[in-house]
Amino acid sequence: MSDDKFDVIVVGAGLAGCTAAYVLAREGLEVVVIERGNGAGSKNMTGGRLYAHTLERILPGFAEEAPIERRVTREKISFLSDRDAVTMDYQAGDYQAGDYQAGGQAAGRRPATAESYTVLRARFDPWLMGKAEEKGASLIDGIRVSELLTRDGRVVGVKAGDDELEADCVILADGVNSLLGESLGFVKKVTPHHCAVGAKELIELTPQQMRDRFGCEGRDGLAWLFAGMPSDGLMGGGFLYTNETSVSLGVVFGLHNIEAAGKSVPQMLEDFKAHPAVRPLIEGGQLIEYSAHVVPEGGLAMVPKIVGDGVLLTGDAAGFCLNVGYTVRGMDLAIASGEAAAKAVIAAKARGDFSAAGLNQYQTLLNDSVVMKDLTLYRKLPGFLDNPRMFGAYPDMAAGVMADLFTVDGPSKPLLKKAGGHLRKVGLLNLVKDGLKGVTSL
Amino acid sequence: MTRVNVDAKLVVDKFFVDEGNPHIVLKKSPDPREFAKLEKACPAGLYKRDANGAMHFDSAGCLECGTCRILCGHTILEKWDYPTGSMGVMYRYG
Ligand SMILES: Cc1cc2nc3c(=O)[nH]c(=O)nc-3n(C[C@H](O)[C@H](O)[C@H](O)COP(=O)(O)OP(=O)(O)OC[C@H]3O[C@@H](n4cnc5c(N)ncnc54)[C@H](O)[C@@H]3O)c2cc1C
Ligand code: SF4
Repeated sequence: MSDDKFDVIVVGAGLAGCTAAYVLAREGLEVVVIERGNGAGSKNMTGGRLYAHTLERILPGFAEEAPIERRVTREKISFLSDRDAVTMDYQAGDYQAGDYQAGGQAAGRRPATAESYTVLRARFDPWLMGKAEEKGASLIDGIRVSELLTRDGRVVGVKAGDDELEADCVILADGVNSLLGESLGFVKKVTPHHCAVGAKELIELTPQQMRDRFGCEGRDGLAWLFAGMPSDGLMGGGFLYTNETSVSLGVVFGLHNIEAAGKSVPQMLEDFKAHPAVRPLIEGGQLIEYSAHVVPEGGLAMVPKIVGDGVLLTGDAAGFCLNVGYTVRGMDLAIASGEAAAKAVIAAKARGDFSAAGLNQYQTLLNDSVVMKDLTLYRKLPGFLDNPRMFGAYPDMAAGVMADLFTVDGPSKPLLKKAGGHLRKVGLLNLVKDGLKGVTSL
Repeated sequence: MTRVNVDAKLVVDKFFVDEGNPHIVLKKSPDPREFAKLEKACPAGLYKRDANGAMHFDSAGCLECGTCRILCGHTILEKWDYPTGSMGVMYRYG
């Protein structure tokens, strides 16, 4: 054994990797994070909304100091047909005592664990890595791990070109395209059926425009999801998140439908931007970045083997991501799984056993955490959502009903007759069936 | 509807291009049906056909999303790897 052997090597300085490093270093383990990009987060993008609960439990009050963009206090959901939009708008009012079970917080604010924030990863991830470094973790960036180092079938370190680095245990936090997880034969289900592609523009606006167009006051902001035309009527959707002085505007599209799509993914984003409900929101804004990434959205069905001798898989690499309707949740799960992996390694070190059996507490910790609980709860959702009516006929129906409801041009028809035509287009039986299935998948 | 110009978006991004060392390589005569998937799916619009219908790909401008790997990694791609450490796209915002 070489002298420069570490306790743990973490591959990937995303949220899963940085969290694992923080928890390990806090307990005094010698941990090094290897990241292929220049600095943590420089290869990472997301839609934009971090549900705070999991990080709040690790770093209480983190939002006071972390580079978050805005606290989400307003939610909108729009159903878009080609030209029309039907929008629901929810504004969270002041917190009343008794609203939440978790007590103890001042009236007027939600408990910190119930908050969510918009974030930009190239700002946020370096901050989290910095917290890990404060506790003693080190970062080697600009280095791509090319292979895992194995001996007698167990992972004992990593290779980067000709360089080798050894550790008792390797945590793979290398994201959805986990080439290393595949090289072990663990990751097998990163297929078009289980993945979507997301493309996003970051559009800069003035503080005045942020306030006028989105009602952004102080540090508060909004999350806005769009169903229907953004993903060409197929599985996917559009999103808009308000940052401090910019908006993250993008589309997500399920890859298994690519042959059915009538246009390219970049064209979907372009047409979404040109929709009458969206265009005025970004008018005069300046594009400051264009980014894209794959979303693992197969849920429980795509989770691979996550524990081996000397190795653990976390975050997107382990498929820990949820598509809950028209939105994606992966960041909070990446954080929770990074924490669970770190705790399992700490326990394994105490016993001096880094075999798969010695690390298996990871699975138990995950089962008891939000990760497996929510993946299990929503296990039927991907199948339910993979129904073109959700993204085509229903948004069109909503727009059609509204158009009739609010249009007066001569004597009116009875309401039921008006709505009836739109319902028949979808098929009443379909409506009932989808409604029932929806209730049981949620 | 305006036709999207992806190149105009990519110029805003910061790239370190590893000249002469592409991280993604397309096979010699790719199956056109597979290629058509990537023409639609690649968010950077890097899989292109010219006026004569000939198929082209250039890995400069790649956002490293993995879409082409997932759709066609086993069919028309000869290689898909991450760029060498520190090369490729560098997000300033993410
Ligand atoms: C369009 C889109 C919208 C989304 N919206 C949301 C949202 O609103 N809310 C939410 O919670 N989630 C959202 N998600 C999901 C979320 O972004 C991911 O689940 C999350 O980023 C996963 O974090 P991670 O740390 O597991 O992986 P990543 O953030 O992908 O990090 C992996 C890291 O590993 C590095 N790496 C990979 N291979 C190597 C190697 N061989 N050597 C060295 N380093 C390597 C990479 O460079 C990277 O830094 C969205 C995703 C997309 C694509
Ligand atoms: S990885 Fe993504 S951006 Fe790069 S070529 Fe493939 S599809 Fe295009």
